[in-house]
Amino acid sequence: MPAAVTSAEPSAATAPPALVRRILTAFIADEVRKVGMQRVVVGLSGGVDSAVSAVLAAEALGADNVLAIKMPYHASSAESRLHADQVIERTGIEALEVDITPQIDAYFERFPDADNMRRGNKMARERMTILYDHSARWKALVLGTSNKTELLLGYGTLHGDMASALNPIGDLYKTQVWALAAEIRVPEAIIRKQPSADLWAGQTDEAELGFGYREVDQLLYLMVDLRYSRAELAAAGFAETFVRRVGDMVRNSQFKRRLPVIAKLSNRTIDRDFRYARDWGR
Amino acid sequence: MADLQFTVAVAQISPRLGDVEANLAVYEAQTRAARGAGADIVVFPELSLTGYFLKDMVSTVALRLDTPEVKQLAELSRGGALLAGLVEETSDFRFFNSAVYFEDGTIVHVHRKAYLPTYGLFDEGRYFARGDRIRSFDSQHGRSAILICEDMWHPSTVYVAALDEAVTIFCPSTSPLRGVSDDQDRDNNARYWELLNSMYAQTFSLFIVYANRVGFEDGVGFWGGSEIIDPSGTRLAKAKYYEEDLIVAEINLKSARRQRVASPLLRDENVDLTINELMRIRNREERQTAESRNLKTAKR
Repeated sequence: MPAAVTSAEPSAATAPPALVRRILTAFIADEVRKVGMQRVVVGLSGGVDSAVSAVLAAEALGADNVLAIKMPYHASSAESRLHADQVIERTGIEALEVDITPQIDAYFERFPDADNMRRGNKMARERMTILYDHSARWKALVLGTSNKTELLLGYGTLHGDMASALNPIGDLYKTQVWALAAEIRVPEAIIRKQPSADLWAGQTDEAELGFGYREVDQLLYLMVDLRYSRAELAAAGFAETFVRRVGDMVRNSQFKRRLPVIAKLSNRTIDRDFRYARDWGR
Repeated sequence: MADLQFTVAVAQISPRLGDVEANLAVYEAQTRAARGAGADIVVFPELSLTGYFLKDMVSTVALRLDTPEVKQLAELSRGGALLAGLVEETSDFRFFNSAVYFEDGTIVHVHRKAYLPTYGLFDEGRYFARGDRIRSFDSQHGRSAILICEDMWHPSTVYVAALDEAVTIFCPSTSPLRGVSDDQDRDNNARYWELLNSMYAQTFSLFIVYANRVGFEDGVGFWGGSEIIDPSGTRLAKAKYYEEDLIVAEINLKSARRQRVASPLLRDENVDLTINELMRIRNREERQTAESRNLKTAKR
């Protein structure tokens, strides 16, 4: 639900979907082809983020050059699979299903006390290894599906769903992803449904986080993009506790957005004073 | 005697990052295409011989102006003019973000970027030495000045060039797209540049040849939209946004004359007034610095 914020504040939700679509398809085509590749693989969960990434990739590279991999666990909802199939059908992209239940269950037989977080992280990392394996098999890059909201909040698994070679939607808040999804004709049901990591029955992001995406996106937009101070955020109608909690989440998850720290010894340490673009020579 | 009428092309390309050889081949192909379209002058974007986010590659892709690659560019300019964007290495091993104007096989002018953006996504001050002059120069195609990208965001640079009698401003640029906040067909930065270019053209009654690049480097896209604007603010040519393109327009210096007859703003410009006020402002700043220094000394 939208937060009770004053309408005078600039809004995060106004990114023009047609322009964003044009830029992001150009981004995918450019960054994939200049490293000598033609294809991407993407994990398709049935949610809106991976649907948007997959559709953009199909537009940028052609449907034949996009491989969607569905990687359900036995507890995954039937609706997720149905929605993933709708995206595959609508775009005509290549598809593959790899059920991760056997390897997940085999692992946790040894560690039966593992909580939901450990299980969820393990599943996310299992899926990552499958995507990277098939990217090697298919000579493709792994396409990311993390949005700016979850990247900032750290609401993702390091080396799991956060791992990719390129991510077209990493600078779009969830609300902006919804707007883009409508523009590129992602099935309506996928846009309308409650976002969920689908790690256990009935899980929803908003229930787990304790706030709504529209509310937190507007806060993050003012806090991060426009650098509002705490006082300005309070004046914009945000509760101090909410601001503090979200600020803490962003700060405490900074490690997830960086490479591991390296102990500096030499004069040229990777990512400190050994600085090259990823597109070095491309 | 300079030609009053000539044809300018802008090659809106997507360079390979750190690959001078590949980019030289693009320069050759684009120059051939532009010449085929009747262009006398071919303008390339900022750092388009090297790519933009060079970081630690700056010293490895840098070129002294007496190297074979630069001679190759000079050769390419035969029969016309060519403006290249490259990393220039000096004899004392400094590295400049430079634009080199070649005419019929020789270097006529070099502009070293004076304003190196070092904020937000930019880090040029870390890697480049800062240019220290803005000079207009004469060529077969009238008097011009080169200002590189960020230089143009400082109105004093265009002001100086105009008073130094430039009738054409060449602006090679590598402008990253950013800001997609409302319902437009281009990003906010593109719109700001377009406003700036047409404002300068009209304010100083001169031609603006704005050469921007496209493509992506580490996810940062460049918006293209190169344009050639006449002194009335009319767009003579406009390149596509976000895609490679080659634009060509005929420049007739008489339209600058017409504009300057109608609105002789440059004639009426009072240089002494400006200098006096700038000196006053500079002296005041010096005085304030001295005063604060004295205050600190007194406290001790």
